[in-house]
Amino acid sequence: MRARVLVRPRAGVLDPQGQAVQRALEALGFAGVSDVRIGRLVELEVADPRQLEEMCERLLCNPLIEDYEIIAPAGGAADPGAAQLDSVLGVERR
Amino acid sequence: MRFGVVRFPGSCDEIDALRAAARVGEAELLWHAERDLRGADAVIIPGGFSYGDYLRPGAIARFAPVMEAVARFAAEGGLVLGICNGFQVLCEAGLLPGALLPNLTLRFVFRQVELRIERFDTPFTCACPRERPLSMPVKHMSGRYYAPERTLDELEAGGQVLLRYAPGHNPNGSLRDIAGVTNSAGNVLGLMPHPEHAVEALTGSTDGLSVFASIAAHLASSASATTRAGSKSAPAIAA
Repeated sequence: MRARVLVRPRAGVLDPQGQAVQRALEALGFAGVSDVRIGRLVELEVADPRQLEEMCERLLCNPLIEDYEIIAPAGGAADPGAAQLDSVLGVERR
Repeated sequence: MRFGVVRFPGSCDEIDALRAAARVGEAELLWHAERDLRGADAVIIPGGFSYGDYLRPGAIARFAPVMEAVARFAAEGGLVLGICNGFQVLCEAGLLPGALLPNLTLRFVFRQVELRIERFDTPFTCACPRERPLSMPVKHMSGRYYAPERTLDELEAGGQVLLRYAPGHNPNGSLRDIAGVTNSAGNVLGLMPHPEHAVEALTGSTDGLSVFASIAAHLASSASATTRAGSKSAPAIAA
């Protein structure tokens, strides 16, 4: 099945990339933007989604500096938040 | 004594490390797919972009077969020196505390820096000059040393912060100006500056040579101590 892993800089870890993007957004005239954080999206096809957590712990995420969130695809039972996220993003799934 | 210098796909400083080590001892390359260190007395994890730095620098290299041997060697007290990408690999492998984040400037930095040595009673600094800072180049994109505040306090209290950028020389936003740290046992050192690029007067400094000379001197003194004691046991490692 298709899964997605969101990896973000941990709270408290300075994210200069996020700061630079925030300044750029402000320069473009977007008001009220704050706390921009830049992470990483890993999309992968997995036979056994139960292994995702271990994959995150061992390789996809460095828990000292990053947090991760596993998002199952719409239709997957593992994460009821997935469909909600899909609708927010406007993603349509088969 | 013999240095083993690890070469990963994407390493680029292994030849300079080999040549620097060869000035104070024997040195040979160890391919990343090897599972033993061929009798090396000290191991160097060199700089570069192992496995393309994909995901995070060092994240994939830490699972190379040779790293299992390095981890065993380190656990037995063997001396391991990680330079730049090697530092990143050792942090990812959990052999050193902390992590290296992208430089605060978000730019690749390449410049000569001055380093303050915090301790001289270690296998990596015992032959370093004491009266002045060391001059070495840095060249990296992700060299900002990070660890949680509590960990930093523990590192300072335990004497594990071995190298700091001199005032005004922090090139990447490293917390507390940290340029190099050791593990708690003191036998594994990681640093972002490049001692192997500072061994020829032609390129501006020979200070890096003193790091390699320290390792050789430490191993020579512990070997002779072992001989005097008539023991075959592994050489003691300074804390």
